[in-house]
Amino acid sequence: MERNITLIALFAALIAVLGLIPKLTLISGIPITAQSLGIMLCGTVLGARRGALAVLLFLLLVALGLPLLAGGRGGLGVFAGPTVGFLVGWVVGAYVIGLLTSGLTSLPVGVAAGVASVIGGIVVLYIPGVIGMMVMLDMSVQKAFLSILPFIPGDLLKAVLAGAITATLARARPGVVASRPAG
Amino acid sequence: MLALVSPIDTPYHRLPAGAKFGALSLVTLSLFLSNAVSVQLAAVIGVAALYLVVGMDFLRQGLQSLRPLWPFLVIVGIWHFLLGDPSEGAVVCLRLLAAVALANLVTMTTRLDDAIELVMKLLRPLRRLGVQTGQIAFAIALVIRFVPVMLDNARRLLESWRARSARRPGWQVIAPIFLVALDDATRVAESIRARADLSTYNDDDGQET
Repeated sequence: MERNITLIALFAALIAVLGLIPKLTLISGIPITAQSLGIMLCGTVLGARRGALAVLLFLLLVALGLPLLAGGRGGLGVFAGPTVGFLVGWVVGAYVIGLLTSGLTSLPVGVAAGVASVIGGIVVLYIPGVIGMMVMLDMSVQKAFLSILPFIPGDLLKAVLAGAITATLARARPGVVASRPAG
Repeated sequence: MLALVSPIDTPYHRLPAGAKFGALSLVTLSLFLSNAVSVQLAAVIGVAALYLVVGMDFLRQGLQSLRPLWPFLVIVGIWHFLLGDPSEGAVVCLRLLAAVALANLVTMTTRLDDAIELVMKLLRPLRRLGVQTGQIAFAIALVIRFVPVMLDNARRLLESWRARSARRPGWQVIAPIFLVALDDATRVAESIRARADLSTYNDDDGQET
């Protein structure tokens, strides 16, 4: 139990760290914020339950007034803003990513994590995200969907990276990826 | 770690966190239930007045914390204007402005300790369902302690990247950041186990244990 609580807390801290470090470059030199990558990795490494709890804990600290979102944002204001749906989507997304990573046992761990990240980190994440924008900004579905379209290529790349990083972690520390016990 | 609490001392700092949170929830809910421009405009003016009563510096701080919101307001405003529905756009923009500014005000005037205490109080009923709220408090403390530590670790990894390469740090640095954290987690879990029994760890104030 101590290990579970520690892992949940440390991954919540990691999500924050990935939002606070300077932007990293992607393959072609495009700068990215790594925070959403952190959400995906919570799911792929910790599994559904612990991954979602880590994201939830992270959001609780943001709500308490710590500036842990990328760009140093935080506080109750972000939960009254137009992007609140994506914050909800992070929790659900991490859960689904965890479920799929452990469910797709026939695939190698990196591929399973990548596929899970595409489904959980894009498809599942964007549903509450779009609903949130429709409610907060009074948009139609089409308009809300159009406005998030430019982010999809970047998110696809992040999902691929989440798969690659999960595979690296599984190789470096066998047994650490929740869904794939050592051996 | 820097919190978003304003260093400017305001009367709002001394209000109980629960009262502020309750008022914020009520006002936000009513703003979303109303579709009248006048109501939303009154709310914006009211919130601005709450900032202004403290002083210009405080108002400026409040405006600064609203910066991420402006692009959304501009886009939505233009969109509704083009649709020939400016009043609808005004309602949406003013409502967002008032709701976010008021939420920011609560965050800027509520100390972290008070906020944590409020959350623990709100979570207390969950104990009946078997949720160990003491563990949530413990996890919150762990995260607050570990963000600076992990940030330090990450910065060191980024520095050693820069020492080796002329290119900006790439995504490859994320895996070592996680590896260091995973190794830390093992050690931290062991030392917690050695010092305390988390299954009986119940509350920070020890009142209802």
